[in-house]
Amino acid sequence: MAFVAIADRDHEHVLHEPQSFVRKYVWSQDHKVIAVQYAIVAILIGLVALGMSILMRLQLAFPDTFSLISPDRYYQYITMHGMIMVIYLLTALFLGGFGNYLIPLMCGSRDMVFPYMNMLSFWVYFLAVLVLVAGMFVPGGATGAGWTLYPPQAISAGTPGAGWGIILMLTSLAIFIVAFTMGGLNYVTTVLQARCRGMTLMRMPLSVWGIFTASILGLLAFPALFVSAVMMALDSVVGTSFFMPAVASMGETSRHSGGSPLLFQHLFWFFGHPEVYIVALPAFGIVSDLLSTHARRNIFGYRMMVWAIVAIGCLSFVVWAHHMYISGMNPYFGFFFATTTLIIAVPTAIKVYNWVLTLWRGDIHLNVPMLFAIGFIFTFINGGLTGLFLGNVTVDVPLSGTYFVVAHFHLVMGVSPILVVFGAIYHWYPKITGRMLDDTMGKVHFWITFIGTYAIYLPMYYLGILGVPRRYYAYGNAIEFIPPSVHEANVWITLSALVVASAQLVFLFNLIWSYFYGKVADGNPWRATTLEWQTPETPPKHGNWGKDLPVVYRWAYDYNVPNAPRDFIPQDEPPDDRQPAGREHGVKS
Amino acid sequence: MSSAAAYLALLAGIVVWALLVRKLTTKPWEFGAVEQGGVEELPNAAPARVGLWVFLGVVTSLFALFMSAYYMRMGHGHGEGLTHDWHPLIEPPILWVNSVLLIAASVAMQRARWCVSQQHVERARDALIVGGLLTAMFLCGQVYAWSTVLRSGEFNATNPAVAFFYVITAVHGLHLVGGLVVWARTLRRMIGKRPEPIDVRLSIELCTTYWHFLLIVWLVLFVLLLLT
Repeated sequence: MAFVAIADRDHEHVLHEPQSFVRKYVWSQDHKVIAVQYAIVAILIGLVALGMSILMRLQLAFPDTFSLISPDRYYQYITMHGMIMVIYLLTALFLGGFGNYLIPLMCGSRDMVFPYMNMLSFWVYFLAVLVLVAGMFVPGGATGAGWTLYPPQAISAGTPGAGWGIILMLTSLAIFIVAFTMGGLNYVTTVLQARCRGMTLMRMPLSVWGIFTASILGLLAFPALFVSAVMMALDSVVGTSFFMPAVASMGETSRHSGGSPLLFQHLFWFFGHPEVYIVALPAFGIVSDLLSTHARRNIFGYRMMVWAIVAIGCLSFVVWAHHMYISGMNPYFGFFFATTTLIIAVPTAIKVYNWVLTLWRGDIHLNVPMLFAIGFIFTFINGGLTGLFLGNVTVDVPLSGTYFVVAHFHLVMGVSPILVVFGAIYHWYPKITGRMLDDTMGKVHFWITFIGTYAIYLPMYYLGILGVPRRYYAYGNAIEFIPPSVHEANVWITLSALVVASAQLVFLFNLIWSYFYGKVADGNPWRATTLEWQTPETPPKHGNWGKDLPVVYRWAYDYNVPNAPRDFIPQDEPPDDRQPAGREHGVKS
Repeated sequence: MSSAAAYLALLAGIVVWALLVRKLTTKPWEFGAVEQGGVEELPNAAPARVGLWVFLGVVTSLFALFMSAYYMRMGHGHGEGLTHDWHPLIEPPILWVNSVLLIAASVAMQRARWCVSQQHVERARDALIVGGLLTAMFLCGQVYAWSTVLRSGEFNATNPAVAFFYVITAVHGLHLVGGLVVWARTLRRMIGKRPEPIDVRLSIELCTTYWHFLLIVWLVLFVLLLLT
């Protein structure tokens, strides 16, 4: 017998909407409130990381100008910027924010299957952020070991924050992993067990597929970070030698024996590479839905898109050592990882082709979410193609320590997912708040961000090809091969970064202004098919669906179906003879 | 990393088989491709049961990674001109007793599960109490093993064999402590008033599954410690 746990027993549950402010907005178990809580904290801490990147850029463009930015602080900014952006912003926002908001609504559920645990997940995440921030205020400041936290440097004297800073960073990461595990269990189980009637796996929107697969990746990969964090903390506090080799410095020998720094790198990147896809897969899924909705055309190759998501998820576990070519490894080992890296490019390329083919002959509406979605395709291609260079050992070795890598990973897993985040916020803001974001401000935000991105990162490729090393506080006259144009490029990059950062203030203003004064949105302003746009109220109330859960009759991409009266058919619209399902990929007859 | 990679490959294979192969021919855009208004066949599982199995996947990943790290660290320094600082630990004999205790705890939990399925709530409660107490004894035994190593001349934090012994057993023990919290919540519902079997059946079943799983993990770890 078919079984959907929540849906089948729905009539047994009485919905008790929380009444007090605290239960409604603070200790809330409503997935929508938790999503907004996650998003607000993630964006706030992300702004801190953005501020740090500006400080770094100021130092690089105008060295010896700002006394505030000492070498130690520069390395602390590098470390905190990277860690916050990857873990505390992007992972938390995509899974804790969008995952929480979209999974129950898109799957036709009333909430996550474990609402209490969901609430705990957010508050534990918040605790992780607090511990992370506390690290900036302890003696010695935050760790300055770089976001990869490689030992022996991370816990050796001389590195900024080698005492309390690194301990608090590792503690914060361990707490974050606990929070993520609680959230991830919810996301996976809700998708598996709490879909409404008719919502088969292959009728799920690609946003849900992306978030679902990324959650599984996170659940399997984060333990590697947990293991390495625990072992490094023990090396630092107790004096074990998991990673720490015997080090002689200033005439003194450390208490450690023959630990293996390389072991840490393996563990870290066994988490670190899937982490790229933990961020990317939700972005892939969401951008697919944005493109389809705003091009009024069904997604091209839906099944292939699903398989590609799953294939990328599986392959992401066998490419980790391409981050370690310069650590030294057996050539056969390097060959294996170069090969798997090329293989993972195949399903990724399939997705890019399908996005472009979705746009092909579509009825494209260039509104703000669509602009960000198209901007994502451009940026992801630019960033992704340079990944093919770096995935090969012989090319990676000379480029790995240069700005080429900085440009590559910022474009492919920094800016690209962030563009999707922006597009998604513009797209779902009307559902979350009941008001539209201002269109003009949105377009200003997009164009400055998009063009500014290239003004920042294309010169970085140039710097990388010149061989300009990354991670340097200042170049001075120490590196003779660097021509004067490098400094000019650095000034240009910094000015561009300042402009792009300023544009984000427009976005923040828009978020707040539109909440109070934005145009009131109807329930389905984009005329979309997916279930979240079919709720009885906008914003959806506690329990999402009123008395009865929706029933799904079709997939999520019935746009421009031949002979249909409208150019979209919602998933919960029953079939009749006049409204057939979208055959032949929805191409107009 | 190799055993972790093998585990993940196996898991990926299962996922591919479970999700994709069955769906390979589904064309959701076609009319009637999926039964109208119906849902596909899913295992008849409560969310808590599915949630537990997903969690067990996470825990498996955690221990597989610890074991991978164990093997890699053990081999570090061999033939590389580096200091080989791994000095095998002689495991305290109490670990054998502890293993028997945990096996007995698992058997008791299984009996609780069987009793509640036969509607014998009181017998199930007794078995549950026995299972919990045996587990607590196992944990005490583990602490005793730690103190044995600490008092012996073998204790040296920089010896990775010793450090791994403490870390791995501590992580395993913490998982059991977490299990005991759920065990206590289940027991509280059975002691206050006379519950219907249906009220506690799922909790006991999930506890039992968790105990069996942690027993298997312990046995694997114990064999690993003995062999190395």
